[in-house]
Amino acid sequence: MTGKTLYDKLWDDHVVKQRDDGTALIYIDRQLLHEVTSPQAFEGLRLAGRKPWRIDANIATPDHNVPTTERSGPIADEVSRIQVQTLDDNCDEFGILEFKMQDSRQGIVHVMGPEQGATLPGMTIVCGDSHTATHGAFGALAHGIGTSEVEHVLATQCLIQKKMKNMLIQVNGELGPGVTAKDVVLAIIARIGTAGGTGYAIEFGGPVMESLSMEGRMTVCNMAIEAGARAGMVAVDDKTIDYFRGRPFAPRGEQWAQAVAYWRTLRSDPDARFDAVVELDGAEIKPQVSWGTSPEMVVAIDEPLPDPAAEADPVKAEGMRRAYEYMGLQPGITMGSVVPDRVFIGSCTNSRIEDLRAAAAVARGRKVSPNVKQAMVVPGSGLVKRQAEQEGLDQVFLAAGFEWREPGCSMCLAMNADRLGEGEHCASTSNRNFEGRQGYGGRTHLVSPAMAVAAAVAGRFVDVRDLDPLAQEV
Amino acid sequence: MDKFTRFTGIVAPLDRANVDTDLIIPKQFLKSIKRTGFGPNLFDELRYLDEGQPGQDCSGRPLNSEFVLNQPRYQGAQILLTRRNFGCGSSREHAPWALTDYGFKSILAPSFADIFFNNCFKNGLLPVVLDEKIIDNLFAEVKAADGYALTVDLDRQRIIKPDGSEIAFDVDSFRKHCLLEGLDDIGLTLQDADAIKAYEAKRRQQAPWLFDAIH
Ligand code: SF4
Repeated sequence: MTGKTLYDKLWDDHVVKQRDDGTALIYIDRQLLHEVTSPQAFEGLRLAGRKPWRIDANIATPDHNVPTTERSGPIADEVSRIQVQTLDDNCDEFGILEFKMQDSRQGIVHVMGPEQGATLPGMTIVCGDSHTATHGAFGALAHGIGTSEVEHVLATQCLIQKKMKNMLIQVNGELGPGVTAKDVVLAIIARIGTAGGTGYAIEFGGPVMESLSMEGRMTVCNMAIEAGARAGMVAVDDKTIDYFRGRPFAPRGEQWAQAVAYWRTLRSDPDARFDAVVELDGAEIKPQVSWGTSPEMVVAIDEPLPDPAAEADPVKAEGMRRAYEYMGLQPGITMGSVVPDRVFIGSCTNSRIEDLRAAAAVARGRKVSPNVKQAMVVPGSGLVKRQAEQEGLDQVFLAAGFEWREPGCSMCLAMNADRLGEGEHCASTSNRNFEGRQGYGGRTHLVSPAMAVAAAVAGRFVDVRDLDPLAQEV
Repeated sequence: MDKFTRFTGIVAPLDRANVDTDLIIPKQFLKSIKRTGFGPNLFDELRYLDEGQPGQDCSGRPLNSEFVLNQPRYQGAQILLTRRNFGCGSSREHAPWALTDYGFKSILAPSFADIFFNNCFKNGLLPVVLDEKIIDNLFAEVKAADGYALTVDLDRQRIIKPDGSEIAFDVDSFRKHCLLEGLDDIGLTLQDADAIKAYEAKRRQQAPWLFDAIH
């Protein structure tokens, strides 16, 4: 018998019932809720006269709509205020734990979950949000669902699913200095394309993944969906286990020991079979920047932008032409000639403490270039914000000319007041460069936190490794 | 959910790959707490020349006459013909809500993004995966003939062309059954309540920490 992959193990442990038609009823251990994709689900429950199956398996926080400026008063935008209020009311009515806007534990769901230990290894985790794959970094099976499924999980604690195929993305070797988890995942998407992972659960493995911190692993898993895969995951190791020690909702005492023994089994067997294997050499990965309107339209910072005329696939070539027109760029140039109007450091991809440390290390003693209109740092949660302030990172950012904001999704999708103007370019640590994503007509360039700061201080996209360290007044 | 019945509808060609859910329904409209009313904002950024606001009356907005859904010949379209990886990006179910609210009943493409694909079935919208060559052909035929319409027969798993020729397609048997019967899958799952409870009892023995209340 061949061994099992991590995904096989997680799947097998959650099958409630296998059905004859190839679908299975899968048990869900944790559901994360936010204000945008849950109101219609609660409404559906009410209309059908149903009760949540297991209230204590849910945890909620508003993130998409919340203002990132001072927030002691009510939200100014009425539609946003109603949506956040609806989440508050629903959680109060059904008795679901929610970290409300003023709570220091409020934050982006995908930052809050792990931080609280509400996300744990071996769990099945869902949320009405495609970046739920983030939680797979801890050896969990986590994926985004639509609102009908949010309602289904609320009502039954289960989902009807078909098993996905197994893909292994093995990142070998070692990363060079200045190259981060974000560059790794952008390089992976550039390689396999935005539909490369469709129908698969991806396990990210290899020495590079092992070397990454938990925050870095979350960054990689976060963008599995940008490669088409609903779920991305990484095997459990000592780092995973250490991460949860003492977290509020992590098991304690005897249960901790029992949990750890189980968690240690959460890795693919050496003889496990994958349906697809992709290998990358970590040493070859350079700092990456996206140039187009799809996360696969990515180049290394020193590479010329690709020519659609050289693309053999006509559908792809047409997509590239459209992207050049939207972005106002031309094939053949390098990103070094592009000026960011705004710089955004935040989102569930890159707003954890390690991201802010990496950004601050570059910002320290430097100044945001005068041709950049706005540079902002939006921590992923109230607790990340507090930690950063304890470490003095806020002062580093403020001294360099960055704004220091309250936690939330912010300019990642511009549902609140933080957004790009038409035609503006943005160096952004978020995950999607779709048309209009960060504001109507806005032009997003996805980068790592260090590269975003480098772009802010240089006033154009540059290789963070080329910044002169001597110019940094310490 | 209404039962999905055999229908014949005008086909609108959206000749573009990787159409993401942000493009299908931009974020400002996700602030609604309802499931309906998204139709006027379907493809908002492509359809209108100005930036749409939630709650706005769209009837007076300047239309982008180039955009396919604004062309007279595609008015009343019920079938969307498009390119690979349709529905990628965000999991927002507002995307299928906007498509059905507009009047679409079926989408034909070479491939779909997983979450979107799944969301369609929950809303009586049938996504059909067809070979890239067949899709290419359909694009040519739609563009060549005004009022080009196809019949979608889910029961027989066939697309029927104006000349009577048929294209077979695959569909998962459980999803097909739910669409044809207009079934609420929560009700179905609750029929297995005993199995869920039995699973919980067993799992509680193996992994009790998973059942510790978070409060
Ligand atoms: S930060 Fe961006 S990608 Fe992440 S949950 Fe919020 S809106 Fe979605």
